[in-house]
Amino acid sequence: MSWRVWLPLFLFAGFLGLAAYQLTQPKDDFVGSGMIGEALPYFDLPAATEGASGAATTDFKDGTPRLLNIWASWCLPCIAEAPQLERLKEAGVPIVGIAIRDRPEDVARFLAQHGNPYTRIARDDLSEVQLAIGSSGVPETFVIDGRGIIRYQHLGDIRESDVPTLLAELEKAR
Amino acid sequence: MIAELGHAALWLAAALAALQMAAGFLAVRAGEGSEIARLVRPSAVVQAALASIAFAMLLWLFAITDLSVKLVAANSHSLKPLVFKLSGAWGNHEGSMLLWVTVMSLSGGLIALAEKRLPERTMQATLAAQGLVSLGFYAFLILSSNPFERLPVPAPEGLGLNPLLQDLGLAFHPPTLYMGYVGLSVAFSFAVGALLTRQVTPDFASAMRPWVLGAWVFLTLGIVAGSYWAYYELGWGGYWFWDPVENASLMPWLAATALLHSTSVLASRDALRVWTIMLGVVAFSMSMVGTFLVRSGILTSVHAFAVDPERGSFILVLLGLFIGGALLLFALRANTISEGQRFTATSREGALVFNNVMLSAILAIVLLGTLYPLLTEAFDVRVSVGPPYFNPVSAIFAVPMLVVMAVGPLLRWRQDRLERIRPELALFAALVLVSLIFFGLVTGVAILPLLGLALGIGLGVASLLPLRGRNLKRVPLATWGMIVAHFGIAVALIGMASESAFSKERLAAVEAGQSTQVGPWTVTLSEVMPVAGPNWTAIEGRLSASYDGGEPVILTPQARRFWAPPQETTESALSTRWNGQLYAVIGDRTPDGRWQLRLWWKPLVTLIWYGGLLVALGGALALVGRVIADIRRRRVARRIIERRAEMEAMA
Repeated sequence: MSWRVWLPLFLFAGFLGLAAYQLTQPKDDFVGSGMIGEALPYFDLPAATEGASGAATTDFKDGTPRLLNIWASWCLPCIAEAPQLERLKEAGVPIVGIAIRDRPEDVARFLAQHGNPYTRIARDDLSEVQLAIGSSGVPETFVIDGRGIIRYQHLGDIRESDVPTLLAELEKAR
Repeated sequence: MIAELGHAALWLAAALAALQMAAGFLAVRAGEGSEIARLVRPSAVVQAALASIAFAMLLWLFAITDLSVKLVAANSHSLKPLVFKLSGAWGNHEGSMLLWVTVMSLSGGLIALAEKRLPERTMQATLAAQGLVSLGFYAFLILSSNPFERLPVPAPEGLGLNPLLQDLGLAFHPPTLYMGYVGLSVAFSFAVGALLTRQVTPDFASAMRPWVLGAWVFLTLGIVAGSYWAYYELGWGGYWFWDPVENASLMPWLAATALLHSTSVLASRDALRVWTIMLGVVAFSMSMVGTFLVRSGILTSVHAFAVDPERGSFILVLLGLFIGGALLLFALRANTISEGQRFTATSREGALVFNNVMLSAILAIVLLGTLYPLLTEAFDVRVSVGPPYFNPVSAIFAVPMLVVMAVGPLLRWRQDRLERIRPELALFAALVLVSLIFFGLVTGVAILPLLGLALGIGLGVASLLPLRGRNLKRVPLATWGMIVAHFGIAVALIGMASESAFSKERLAAVEAGQSTQVGPWTVTLSEVMPVAGPNWTAIEGRLSASYDGGEPVILTPQARRFWAPPQETTESALSTRWNGQLYAVIGDRTPDGRWQLRLWWKPLVTLIWYGGLLVALGGALALVGRVIADIRRRRVARRIIERRAEMEAMA
């Protein structure tokens, strides 16, 4: 009996310690992709609008790191990140866009209004590719290295302050 | 002015809680008949009045939608129906904490006024502990969650209450749970009081029992209401998801159930002293841990509730202080308290102890499953623990518990032989075996629902057996309570097993005029039209559903769109028959103009909540029975004293 009566107190102290430790940790509510470090899953998508070219897994295996931007014309944060994508394009980064559940005429209107930073724009009408690479929303941006391996995931719209991070990640993927 | 009145009342109540605590502890140290002891009971009563004033002021602010108060502006809206304006007062973090301390101080006041059975020193210690707990919560309210904070500039309009919470079921779900939590805090104070004065006696158990019973009834009701709300309001068709917040309400219930039974043993047999004290501390600590998990946002849950690490740290400090302190006291004192009366394994006490251990094991499993993600996150591994863990692992302990639950009430106190109740045992075993064979072979039900059905049927009959050969009019109310509650468990169990074994689901896209089948139902979508409410608009589908070709009933599921705050909810439509429920949800329009319908036929699903209500009713019967017996005993005792005085006067 003598030592056992202390057991609850010790267990409780363990819980307190764990809870206190976890409270001091920054809370990360984002659900990251489980595909980071893995090869891009196979896909071959048609163009999202007239005059653009579609995208396939093979396009990512030519030795150049690229950005893969998951977006849609109906998505408001995508408008907010358009200037940042433009800057990345000016820095010489090839950007492949995948438009999620979109219509060709809406895509064309969006590009006319907010600029076209993409080298290729494919359409993903059923979110198949989006789900396969572990993206849970729009917009999201992935860094793909020259061998077609997913290296980095950016959730949400790209802000000014995110541009250097993405450039650095692209440099790492080289 | 109203807000300032409320704020002032809150400060004064906190001051009185401090007085109650200090005077109580000093009185315990000073021993019998000290002057300062006279302060304790009145300060508990006045504190209760002041806390009620504070809460009434908050209700008033919400009723008139005073938008200069931050809490009102953030959680209410001038266009809301009055009942939801009022329920908005506790549909948020600050208001619900104020409700909590109000109920807590009211129950403190009630003990101070009414409880005269225990030695006065134990009462002082109990009230002192109650004062300490209240003071902690007052500090939390005033320092980090002031409900009466004003805005520098009044808001032009409120932000509104989350539409999912604008529902009568949910308006009363939180207060019910709080009453349960608070009842457990009273049990905790009693346990601490008894530890401080080493008076762990049957009297202590019978003083604590009504509070445990009351808490248990409210927790049961709260869980039943919450589960039914999740079932029909969220539109997912499920009634329990093992979400951290649900577990947070289940854990105190499990601990309270164990405490309730061991309190009974202590009260009537003077056994299990240390174990009862331990459970008293554990039950309250589970409600505090639950509160901490829910409000700190430390675990990801569907109930995103006022996520704020600062509040989390505050509750954690309170938790460490109260529970750590009580466990320390327990460790220091437990060895000086003897275990009490002995009994053999085959006895009612033996069965109760066995089920206490099983309940504690289930509690440990739920706690572990709930905290496991917290543990692995410390090592950067993210997991979510769900039904595949909770269901089978808790069944390992629930199955033997249900068997013993069927047998235990038939046994005698202290010492008994199984041979004596052989016919009853045979009946129970036969019922379980026959149901196992029938449902297992004939209908091919999976193992867990199969066990649930068989044990539910066996227990349902066995729970009525204690009545055999007794004059029903002379069975005490408390015994009726036990029978009804155990029967309710059986009923709920059959409902759960049947829901998971026999449910049929249909997801269909239909045009107006088209029909679809689900189980024995034929459902036709007559039309779809827009409708509007006080603060929402909706798409409403009119379904005519006919059971087995019979007279059709009209169902109107809606997809609602609220505008303050902008949010969409699904309003499911239910058709209840004696043998189950048809559950219909309307979804989006497909591009070709058809409508998505989601239909479930859930046989006997309503038994889950009827069973839950029976359990609560059983608890309420037992509570009333105990309180009446208590009042009667007190009257008799008073009469004896009067008679003795008369005799002395005559002599």
